[in-house]
Amino acid sequence: MQAPAAMEAADEVLQVLDVCEAIEETREVIVTTIEEDPIRNSPPVASCGAGTKPSQDDNWGETTTAVTGTSEHSLSQEDVVRITKDLEESVGLDCRRYLGLALAVVLGLLVFLTPLAFLALPHLLWPEKLQSCGTACEGLFISVAFKLLILLLAVWALFFRPPRAGLPRVFVFRALLAVLVLLFVASYWLFYGVRILDSQDENYQGIVQYAVSLVDALLFIHYLAIVLLELRQLQPCFSVCVARSTDGEARHYNLGQLSIQRAALAILERYYCDFPVHNPALLSASKSRAAKHLAGLKVYNVDGEFPEAPAEGPGNNAAAAGMVQSQSRAMIAAAARRRDTSHNELYYEEAEHERRVRKRKSRLVVAVEEAFTHIKRMQEEEQKKAPGDVMDPREAAQAIFPSMARALQKYLRTTKQQHCHSMESIQQHLAFCITNNMTPKAFLECYLTPGPTLQYGRDHWLARKWTLISEASVTSGLKDGSTFVLRCLDFGLVVTTKRIPYIQMSEEYIDPKSHKFVLRLQSETSV
Amino acid sequence: MSKYIPGQPLTAVVERIEIQKLRQGDNLILGFSIGGGIDQDPGQNPFTNDKTDKGIYVTRITEKGPADVAGLREGDKIMQVNGWDMTMVTHDKARKTLTKKNQDVVRLLVTRRSLEEAVKQSMGKKQ
Repeated sequence: MQAPAAMEAADEVLQVLDVCEAIEETREVIVTTIEEDPIRNSPPVASCGAGTKPSQDDNWGETTTAVTGTSEHSLSQEDVVRITKDLEESVGLDCRRYLGLALAVVLGLLVFLTPLAFLALPHLLWPEKLQSCGTACEGLFISVAFKLLILLLAVWALFFRPPRAGLPRVFVFRALLAVLVLLFVASYWLFYGVRILDSQDENYQGIVQYAVSLVDALLFIHYLAIVLLELRQLQPCFSVCVARSTDGEARHYNLGQLSIQRAALAILERYYCDFPVHNPALLSASKSRAAKHLAGLKVYNVDGEFPEAPAEGPGNNAAAAGMVQSQSRAMIAAAARRRDTSHNELYYEEAEHERRVRKRKSRLVVAVEEAFTHIKRMQEEEQKKAPGDVMDPREAAQAIFPSMARALQKYLRTTKQQHCHSMESIQQHLAFCITNNMTPKAFLECYLTPGPTLQYGRDHWLARKWTLISEASVTSGLKDGSTFVLRCLDFGLVVTTKRIPYIQMSEEYIDPKSHKFVLRLQSETSV
Repeated sequence: MSKYIPGQPLTAVVERIEIQKLRQGDNLILGFSIGGGIDQDPGQNPFTNDKTDKGIYVTRITEKGPADVAGLREGDKIMQVNGWDMTMVTHDKARKTLTKKNQDVVRLLVTRRSLEEAVKQSMGKKQ
């Protein structure tokens, strides 16, 4: 559990927001307005608390060059940031997870050993006074055994699953259930201690029935756990719209009644499966256009009053603020009046780009089809006859790869995808397609359209750490109109919620015999 | 032609037309076709603006036939045939009334829009 930690003194650039804190100030976490300098590529960062802007070097924008991400082996800005953050985060959360695990194990042992203890203690403490166990009592032994077995299987099925994620705050329902079980078992122990151990009750059948009632109640608590943890959120209640902040890619999902952190987890899992992979190289064009807009106009103060340097009070601040306001208004007016021809450039540039992509694509398709004709699958009988030049899929892929490599590389360069696919991965995919008798079109499909993030190599593309930024508490439930942001290093996912409306339906009965028709008569008779 | 309101008397300007039936073989023909009737669909009537009018209309006139010679025109609404009312009859009843074998002559009362307008004009001129 770390307070929002700052990095070493030399690198004050980034603050890690750790929403693990269950303290009040996280309630005011809002996405702080950090103007993203269009030239530099560093990712936006949210800060917590009183809106303190991270102290950054003011000359940062002037001295960095834009990273275009074309070279395969360059370490882009995002990678540097990611590595430094990873070094920092791994220590804190693990102890929290192990603590939770330890608590769960202790509780489980307590729950399972209690009925057995209830049954065994009388035999150990006062065996001579105890009534012998009759038939009904022994039947109850069997029932206790099987109920405990069922409870064991049910707990294993529900709780012993590998954890999907580490969430910022504790899972409220699980905590409630743990407390309930603890209180329950404690109260049973209390009763047992006072009424049975102290008075050394001889009625063994009564004690066995008491143990059976404990196991029954535990099974009911488990039923409650299933309903609260699994069943309640199945019925869809909300429709959430998830939009990626960099390119506007959006999807809509249906969720049930969940807390904000669980909803965020569900959304992230679906993000990895549905959204096309985030490609920062595709965004450079709009950034350069924005830079040109800003660079076009400069404001010179020719005959105006210069604002005094130190601010003496509200009066001077107002004058300075008024100055800045009039400057920016003048800029906006001038930009509106200026005959901007950048739309022309955009139009022709896009048309040219599309033509280029289509040309490269057609060359690629032809090259791949030709390459695939060089290989033939050998049949069983032929295998015995000619053991000469036989290759396994990997070698076959390596054999035909050079003939299509150049066309493929050019195509990937044109569509700015070359850093998504490495040579090795392409050859592996080719071997896979050859093994499964796929056509050249099937082989090419994953290069022509960007697939979901999971399809690409894990380490490069899966963000290690996601930050949940929300105005409401993350353990509160989803409400109509609630919004939150899921931020990773390169981009953010903005989520808005809408409630599915209440539907009022009424019925109307139609008698099947009531469908009757008449002909429309228009006769004409000649007389 | 004014719209018929149930319960109110229907007034119209009518023309008296007398048609002599022509013998063709075994049949006596009049030389026109009728459409309409209370059992027919009035929405298809092209000769009237009131699409609920279920009266009997003349839909076709044979050239130089007896009806044409007598002055019957296409689009006329037949109000009476030989004194029998034609404004509230079925199509078949109208046909039977017109084609009675023992009658040589049918005297029709027909109305058309141009009649009304002519009367209005003449009344206007009078004043």
